[in-house]
Amino acid sequence: MLILENIRVALSALNANKLRSFLTMVGITIGVTSVIILVSIGQALESFVIAGFENIGSNLVVVFAPLVQSNSKLLTLNEVEALSDVFRVPDALYVMPQDNMNRQVVANGVEYVSRIEGVDVLYPTIFNRDVIGGRFFTQNEVDGLARVAVLGQKMVDRFFSDTFPIGQTIRISGVRFTVIGVLSTEGGEGLTTFLGGDADDIIVVPITTAQTRLSGERVITGERPVDFVAIQARSSDTVKSLADQIRQTLREERNISFRDEDNFQVVTQSAVLDTLNQITALLTLFLSLLAGISLIVGGIGIMNIMLVTVTERTREIGLRKATGAKNSDILLQFLTESMTLSLIGGGIGISIALTLAFLVTTFVPDLDVSVKFTTILLVVAISMSIGVFFGAYPANRASKLNPIEALRYE
Amino acid sequence: MLKLFKKGKEPEILRDELGRRAVIDIRQITKMYQMGDVEVHALRGVDLQIYEGEFVSIMGPSGSGKSTLMYILGALDQPTNGAYYLDGVDVSKLDEKQLAIIRNKKIGFVFQSFNLLKRTTALRQVELPLMYGGVSGRTKKAKAALEAVGLGKRLDHLPSELSGGQQQRVAIARAIVNEPAMILADEPTGNLDSRSGTEVMQIFQTMNREKGITTVFVTHDPWIARHTNRVIMLRDGVVVADRKVATPLVAGETERPSEAEELEGVFQEVYYGGKEEEYN
Repeated sequence: MLILENIRVALSALNANKLRSFLTMVGITIGVTSVIILVSIGQALESFVIAGFENIGSNLVVVFAPLVQSNSKLLTLNEVEALSDVFRVPDALYVMPQDNMNRQVVANGVEYVSRIEGVDVLYPTIFNRDVIGGRFFTQNEVDGLARVAVLGQKMVDRFFSDTFPIGQTIRISGVRFTVIGVLSTEGGEGLTTFLGGDADDIIVVPITTAQTRLSGERVITGERPVDFVAIQARSSDTVKSLADQIRQTLREERNISFRDEDNFQVVTQSAVLDTLNQITALLTLFLSLLAGISLIVGGIGIMNIMLVTVTERTREIGLRKATGAKNSDILLQFLTESMTLSLIGGGIGISIALTLAFLVTTFVPDLDVSVKFTTILLVVAISMSIGVFFGAYPANRASKLNPIEALRYE
Repeated sequence: MLKLFKKGKEPEILRDELGRRAVIDIRQITKMYQMGDVEVHALRGVDLQIYEGEFVSIMGPSGSGKSTLMYILGALDQPTNGAYYLDGVDVSKLDEKQLAIIRNKKIGFVFQSFNLLKRTTALRQVELPLMYGGVSGRTKKAKAALEAVGLGKRLDHLPSELSGGQQQRVAIARAIVNEPAMILADEPTGNLDSRSGTEVMQIFQTMNREKGITTVFVTHDPWIARHTNRVIMLRDGVVVADRKVATPLVAGETERPSEAEELEGVFQEVYYGGKEEEYN
């Protein structure tokens, strides 16, 4: 009952100084709004990035020679051969080399610099791609350096908006290819997207053809390099051992001394996800800390105004004590008041944040900024803590007032 | 909550010749303040008994220690030395929390400046002590108290909507609502015009006469003191006179005399050893 009475007293006191209460609440409102918005945007970014990675294909290990690493050596088809050896890499289910490049493509009177992906027959299996029209190329066509191409949806739209694409001829760097199939829409996610492209805006050709006809690139031994090798583990349990086997095999192939670092990189999906999670979590934390500063500023505003209130109401405190209020009653009364301030301010902040989140989601559909219920709970808890923390000193001061001096106070 | 009243040995409760219990029993209390390097002896050994149903004035010039005595009587302060039994409880040995309970249960304060809460209706003002006392049936009791002071139709009025006299009556209702052992009033008519003052005085007298509420006035106004039954005079921290009033005035029946004739023939005998001019 005393709690209800305290809330009633708090509300009427806040109501009596409307402008002052409002200005104090604005501080908390701004803080709460920015915390919710920044946390939610951080979470939206996180799920956006991670969703892209979960589509890559499960249990996938990617081996490549990072450009940023000075000693790195490009992978070759011979090494791919070694990695395909079931005795050396027993946990590998599929091994597929891939070589990407951008080339001038002319078809149906349209010219466009397109992304060409040289792959082998395992491509649809490993990357979960369907062929919705025509067919994918066969092992024979890979071995025979056949000039056949499978188009992504956006390539179809670009070159063959008015023609049935299958059976048509396209020229890639002047070399004639026959279109034999069309890939299903991937949806703008996946590994290709992550590597800097759009998985629907590609032309897929046999890697052998790409290496010989479209790229003259060779490593120092004369072999033709590949961009990366995608290797799928037999199950999610063997991803880690697969990565170890790959490293071991490549180190042996390349005669890397035990003292030296790898001159290639083995990346698992979970490792990438972990890294991304760390980055986005750090980002979210950093943003929240920034927003937290405004909450602290808001809290100091509350403390300031509560100190003024306590001074203004010294006689009231004296009277309450004379009629039997214990120190704890006074403490609770003023804590209730500061908490009421911070909670109302926080409540307004939550509604503003929800509105903003709705607007962002409406106008930027790719980014799903939905405010999680846990975020709201967290923010309510933070608001209450601010009320208690910054109200504690003024309330304590009020409760410790000497009743005689308080009654005499003018 | 009432545990504290049973703690320790029960003091013997004094009774007067009529068999009335001593509500206030003060034995040799002193109060000393430290003001910078100077020790101020506000009370220098006061003995005082006030029995139930009495209507007492405590008088004295500024600096006589009457305010200090009032704060100690009101359990707002504690004596440096000596014992103070209020309704059988040794108040001089209580801590802050217990003092708050004593103030709540045993004492009703009425102040010169009313000390009502702003933005709070009369009814809620009166409920305040009940709330701190954790009493149930608050609204009913508060209504009854307001009716007793003649404000039964002003329950929902804010202090700003009431006259001075009405505000002081709300304060009186607040003081009596917990049925305290005594009412302690500090210049209760000091901020009122004479008509409102008379009204308020009538309420105090009626409550004292009809309900036997022990009432202690702290005042420097001899005219007010003449309306009470007993006058205790303090000077320099000691009681210099303690006399019954020969014929207490009934509020509203006598016109206030001029300043000069105010004190003539009030007491049964010469009550005060100091210079008389000081009180004229």
